[in-house]
Amino acid sequence: MDKLLALLNENARYTNEELGLMLDIDPIEVAKAIDEFEHQGVICGYKPLYNWELAYPNKVSALIELKVIPQAYAGFDAIAEKIMHFEEVESIYLMSGSYDLAVQVVGKTFQEVAMFVAKRLSTLEPVQSTATHFVLRRYKDMGVELINEVKDDRGTISL
Amino acid sequence: MIDYNSKLNKNIASIQTSKIRKYFDLAAKMDNVISLGVGEPDFLTPWHVRQAAISALEDGTTRYTDNLGLSRLRQAISDYLKRFALDYDPTTQIIATVGGSEAVDLALRTLLNEDDEVLIPEPCYVCYDPITRLIGGKVVSIPLSKENVFKLTPAALKAKITDRTKILILSYPNNPTGAIMEQDDLEAIVPILIENDIVVISDEIYAELNYTDKKHVSIASLIGMKERTILVGGFSKTYSMTGWRLGYVCGPPPLIKEMIKIHQYTIMCAPTISQIAGIEALVNGDDDIKRVKDDFNHRRNYITEAFNRIGLTCYHPQGAFYVFPCIKTTGLSSDEFCERLLYEQHVAVVPGNAFGDSGEGHIRVSYCYSIKHITEALKRIETFINNINN
Repeated sequence: MDKLLALLNENARYTNEELGLMLDIDPIEVAKAIDEFEHQGVICGYKPLYNWELAYPNKVSALIELKVIPQAYAGFDAIAEKIMHFEEVESIYLMSGSYDLAVQVVGKTFQEVAMFVAKRLSTLEPVQSTATHFVLRRYKDMGVELINEVKDDRGTISL
Repeated sequence: MIDYNSKLNKNIASIQTSKIRKYFDLAAKMDNVISLGVGEPDFLTPWHVRQAAISALEDGTTRYTDNLGLSRLRQAISDYLKRFALDYDPTTQIIATVGGSEAVDLALRTLLNEDDEVLIPEPCYVCYDPITRLIGGKVVSIPLSKENVFKLTPAALKAKITDRTKILILSYPNNPTGAIMEQDDLEAIVPILIENDIVVISDEIYAELNYTDKKHVSIASLIGMKERTILVGGFSKTYSMTGWRLGYVCGPPPLIKEMIKIHQYTIMCAPTISQIAGIEALVNGDDDIKRVKDDFNHRRNYITEAFNRIGLTCYHPQGAFYVFPCIKTTGLSSDEFCERLLYEQHVAVVPGNAFGDSGEGHIRVSYCYSIKHITEALKRIETFINNINN
């Protein structure tokens, strides 16, 4: 079923029938497998991959590096969970290297994002320091190149 | 006024331009044409391969190489071919060529005398027949049928052998049919080839695109065949490197020694920068092969079923990136079908008879396109079929 996941990752809007044809299995089996993936939490949801600049030209996104003090018994998990509940937070990862948590935050303006960091994140007790990096341009997202439209220059017929 | 016809070589004058020329011209004048007609992958050459070529250019790698090709490339080809149980000495048995096409040309020109007969199972790629004629060889077609899933059978082979037969050109996995020859199929014809002292030119350009559970089998790997086989391979289909024009030919040292004479006087060497890219592809390109093959396999399953569903029977091809549906139920010839489909629905496919007379009644459809593109083209083909039936 790795192949099914790979195809969904390529295009989550393939119909079960299309997936069945491509994988040479019954569409009913495809539906069952997808249900199972959803049930197990392997597939957590479906979203379009949009070109941020075209879809939301005024939205602001930032990557925040957080250095935090791990807590007894809970390590980094407790603080990570606390942060992830903010609806401004798009994603949060525990990192190796010079900082601990990478938090992706979205907001309507630079000011809004900056204030979120200052008021909501910096004030959390385990947070030692923050570094905010605003996203200026997205070149590639989720494996898809967002600039330089690929043209098919192969012509109509070749042998 | 010069009579140019009187100046022409008689062999070149006898060769027809490709039958698909008119489709090029028609399609060029139309808007909104959706094609399933190309014989090259839609993927770009993997970035790491392009990057290797860019770095080489930056380093000033712009000179001729050894006529045989860079020794590192020949070593990489030799290492790569071991996966097909083939062992070629990079110093005496391999030449890097300008695509597989040059390799076919070298092989035929090295072997053929006037009126030697060349067995060409058809339908097949379009270059074997004209190159043979150019040299003055005699083409003996072996028509293949869909009943035998376009494999060459011992009976079909035997039926065409004469005292003048010198060469058999095998081309599996096959363009345009997508057929393959498995080990059993090849073993069945080997005794006939040995008994009749026939040399095989085996064009295995699609070797990596075999969708069965088994690996591609080269006829050169079978007992008694390496010494009578000239193996043609290339980078175009395997690594999506069509425009780089890089291939190779492998064979017995006495033949390679003669082939190199033609190559050195006509070509000098394959493009240096392409050779550098080729090394990178061979050494680090296995993941690319797998990715592309998986993708093609999904499309193959999809398109085969889709053709069968709209009433154009299509066997499930096991190799290359083409399907070869039968269009006889429409009552149209291959040419009529393709011309009308282009005019009426603006879909370009290639008539089966462009690959030999035995391809009549079929069309070659490439699946080197996205599923979305294929789906749209098939919708139009279905409309076309429905309009014919009503």
